[in-house]
Amino acid sequence: MKSANFAYIRATSLDHALSTLANTEDAIVLAGGQSLVAALNLRLQVPELVVDINHVPGLDQIEIGDDEVRIGPLVRHAQLMASDEATKALPLIGKALPHVAHPAIRNRGTTCGSLAYGDPAAEMPACAVALGATLVLASTDGTREVAAREFFEGLYETQRAPHEMLIEARFPVAPKGARPVFDEVAARRGDFATLGLAGQIHVDSGVIAAFDLVAFGSEPAPLLLENVADIALGKAPNPGLITDLSQAVADQVHPMESPLATPQMRRRQYRALAERCLHAAMEFADV
Amino acid sequence: MSEDTIRFTLNGRDVSVPATTRGHLGDLLRHEFGETGTHIGCEHGVCGACNVVMDGVVVRSCLTLAVQVDGAEIETIEHLGSDHDVAALQNAFVARNAFQCGYCTPGMIMTARELLAGNTAPRREEIRDAISGNLCRCTGYQAIVEAISDAAETLREMADE
Repeated sequence: MKSANFAYIRATSLDHALSTLANTEDAIVLAGGQSLVAALNLRLQVPELVVDINHVPGLDQIEIGDDEVRIGPLVRHAQLMASDEATKALPLIGKALPHVAHPAIRNRGTTCGSLAYGDPAAEMPACAVALGATLVLASTDGTREVAAREFFEGLYETQRAPHEMLIEARFPVAPKGARPVFDEVAARRGDFATLGLAGQIHVDSGVIAAFDLVAFGSEPAPLLLENVADIALGKAPNPGLITDLSQAVADQVHPMESPLATPQMRRRQYRALAERCLHAAMEFADV
Repeated sequence: MSEDTIRFTLNGRDVSVPATTRGHLGDLLRHEFGETGTHIGCEHGVCGACNVVMDGVVVRSCLTLAVQVDGAEIETIEHLGSDHDVAALQNAFVARNAFQCGYCTPGMIMTARELLAGNTAPRREEIRDAISGNLCRCTGYQAIVEAISDAAETLREMADE
């Protein structure tokens, strides 16, 4: 299908982009465009104006600090994946990125764009919730910070107002020894995940000191599995605990109805997926 | 209908053309320049048949607005006939019967060329991951994976000589 008609403007600065968003009723930001242009072609989105930020200088920066990694709005998935420093500081992101679509799409698609779009099947929103990232929204009124854990409200629904732009994602650097937990179920590598788990586990002095796990793909928005963390904290990792945690994952999710699988089947898939990725993260032999 | 004149480099040549804002790069290449090696399949980024090179990296031409390429460098499959890597891939695709209808082939070659540029000895699994975004409805993929693997070997031998 072909897109409906719209006006197009190339922003020359961040201020230019923000004032254009403020002054147009129905404008949308074009960064990587890997979801947006598909949605335009399918006429799922019919904006009046597309604001292209690809030529605004300085938006493609990855800043790696001691405590957090700051990702600018034009940082592409491929760029982040190629940054050894970034994926070392954020091992979960490093583990999730190869699952983000396909190489040609990773060459263009952006981390912030994926976060702003809020696709329930996308990996980056799930990682942002799991890691407790902070998202920075800007408009002509100024900037505000929103916790990723509060940002995603439902299917493509976020706290971003139409005149706001997501200008930075701040991810806390993983504590030393923290291990990523990530896997998903998809029809093929890179396809939309029908369900997935993203998280980070930190074992300190033989017991689980921190464990944040998120279910995504089957839920309207990334779901932080707090009951699973409650069971895990303070316990020593062992295969019996993994069985309990995997059951807790299956019990806590609320899979959406889908023509491909019943919620009951999704829960079974979650249990199996949790067993697999928790064994890998805790370094036990796979079941 | 909004229309802008855009200028860009297409296969090494400076070009200037009016483009509607709603049109995508794939249609522009085919309709305005007759570069019909860029195939249009799904128009929402799933099939990979429309892959082209934009400023040095492979992109979906259907997910790139034509007006976005103002100032960019675009290469299509037609321009890559004298490229060593592409020649090795073409020979291997023929030898392995890695296409039947051929609709996916230009996009496959684009993807495989970028893979081999960054990884001279990809494992089968890496090849499968790389081409996961290129649909082929004829071959069942096995022959394509073998062809890309063969081309990698040929290119390694050429590099050694």
